[in-house]
This record gives sequence, C-alpha cells and structure tokens, in this order.
Amino acid sequence: MISLTSPVETWAHDVPAGVKLAALSAATVGLFALQNPIWLGVALVCAGAIVLSGGLRFARAAARSLRILIPFLALIAVWHGVTGQIEAGLVVALRLLTALTLANFVTMTTRLTDMVAVAAFLLSPLRRFGLSTRAFELSIALVVRFTPAIAQKGGLLAEAWRARAARRVGWQIVMPLAAIALDDADHVADALRARGGLDQTP
Amino acid sequence: MERNLAHIALFAALIAALGLIPKFTLAFGVPITAQSMGVMLCGTILGAKRGAVAVLLFLALVALGLPLLAGGRGGLGAFATPSVGFLIGWPIAAFVTGWIVERWNAPILPVATSAAIIGGVFTMYVFGILGMAYMLDKTIPAATMLSLSFIPGDLVKAIATGLITAALARTRPASILSRG
Repeated sequence: MISLTSPVETWAHDVPAGVKLAALSAATVGLFALQNPIWLGVALVCAGAIVLSGGLRFARAAARSLRILIPFLALIAVWHGVTGQIEAGLVVALRLLTALTLANFVTMTTRLTDMVAVAAFLLSPLRRFGLSTRAFELSIALVVRFTPAIAQKGGLLAEAWRARAARRVGWQIVMPLAAIALDDADHVADALRARGGLDQTP
Repeated sequence: MERNLAHIALFAALIAALGLIPKFTLAFGVPITAQSMGVMLCGTILGAKRGAVAVLLFLALVALGLPLLAGGRGGLGAFATPSVGFLIGWPIAAFVTGWIVERWNAPILPVATSAAIIGGVFTMYVFGILGMAYMLDKTIPAATMLSLSFIPGDLVKAIATGLITAALARTRPASILSRG
C-alpha cells in the first residue's frame, strides 16, 4: 500500500517525527486561539512558505490535498457574504486552510515507520500496566496486509455480480465481504497461535 | 486473544476496503461512502468493545499517514477538516451500536437496524454536528441544518447494516460475536 509520504525528499524528511508532531500540535492550538484575520493571514503565508521550501513539485502535491476544503470554503463565502460578517468568514477560512496545510505537511514529510515509532512511544506508558504495544504494532501490519486483500475480494464479488445481474452493484455484496473478513480473521488467529501467539516475550 | 486481535484487525481492514468502493455523492465535502456502513457493521457484528477498538485502529492508521479514507484521503490532515467530528464520532458510534445489539434481546433484524440508526446515525451526527459547528464557527442549529442532507443516505446504510447482520446471523449464527 502506498502511504501519503511525499516521494520528493525535503529538509523536513530529516526532522524527527516527534518534533514535527509536537510543533504541529502547538501550531494547531495557536491557530484556534487566534481570532484576528491579519495574524491568521500571516500564519497562512508562513505555512505556504514552509510548503514551498520543499520545492515546486512538493508544493503542487500539497496544494492538491487542499481541494477537500473547496466545498467548505464556498459555503463560508456564501454564508458570510449573505450575513455580511466578512471578517468572521475570513477567520474561519484562513484557519481551516492553515491547519490543513500544516497537518498535510507533517504527513507528507514523515515516513510511516517513523510515525509508528512515535505512536508506540506514546503508548509505551501502557506497558507499566502490563499491556503490550506489540498487539498494536502487529495489528497495524495486519491491516496494511489485509486491506488490499479484502478490497480485491470485494472487486471479485462486484465482477461476479455484474456477470449475473443487469442492475448496478449494490450494498448486497458487503454481506459476503463481511463473511470473508470473518473467515480471514479465523485463519489469521490460527496462524498467530501456531506461531506462538501474542503472549511470547521477545 | 489472538482471535480478538484478528477480528479487530480484519474489520479495520474491512472499513478500509469499503472506502475503495466508489462513493455515492459528494456535497459539502463530507463524502458519503460505504465506509460508515463498515463502522456500523463493526458494532453489530463484533460488539461494543471490539467494534470500537477496530474503528480506533482504523483511525490510528489514517492518522499515521495511510490513505484509507474514502477517496484516498488520510494523514493528519483528515483531522483538520470540518468533518473531523464524524471521524471522532465513529468509534463511539460503533460502541453504541454494539452495546445495543449486545443488550437488547429480540430478533436480530429489528435490533441491528435500530442499533445502527441510534448508534451509527444519531450518535455519529451528534459528534459530526458538534465538530462542524466548532470548525466552521457556526451555531449548533446552523451546523445541524448543513448536515441534514446526509441523513437519508446514512439511514439507508443503517437499514442495509441491519439486513446484512440478519443475513449473517441466519447463514452463520456463530459469526455474530456481539451475541456470542
């Protein structure tokens, strides 16, 4: 499976994931505290500059991921255009754009393995309570492995449907798909147990 | 233990796979996909706890940077959009759905359908609307108005969830772990 990490190497790829995530959290809290459109505009320009520092190709990919906001921005424009509260509308729009730009920047410049390492570190206090983070790491691997497998079986079910029915593929194929997921789960559980199970200490 | 882990992981994968099925319509940027049906199925089939954990695992992978949300979206940015409330509501929706199926001892079809409506539609919208009101700086009635157009689609998915769960219960009774 392809992760959202950008193939274009930037300086930020070398910054530790924990630092980037902490900075992102602080920046997002700050964005929601700001109420002045001028300062939020400055924040958006800074976020834009950070993204541009990764080069033009990187920035173009980053800009594409902002498209999800278009309907919301249109809605804000209409809403605040009608009510006349232009400043309030600008605050919301600038904040959304800046927050999403920064969040995407962190995702685009952080490798999945580094993210998993940070997540495991954040979960590590659980070990004191006797909970293993191994189950979390193992289940991540399982989901990454089985998502394409289940999606492919869903595709086969859809093809089988099309071969037999004139109507479009509907929700009905989800029932056999859920049954497949349940069967796969039983096989995986057997396989895990056969390999010593979860409780083994490394 | 291994069985629980496998079910949780495979249902997280099922939610992800359902996101790859083409979506119905898109308005206001909140995609209507089969994915929220996966959340409801986690509740009705796996039950409250395992269902909620499966959804949490799915969201964790999205946050870590995998493009598992419908339309190939993912990463931390998914939690910085106005629809973040719906994502936060998902595990709770699965929990409420599963809790009702576990506790309400009646024929599975009406139980699973009502559970999916109460948990997967009502609960999810409470969180979704609160999130939208916060992110767009709107009042709760205004945010509710903006979300209303999606409710029919989700009701259809809740009914489909009931039918799927009932069909699974009929053909393979042991698979409904929430009733196990």
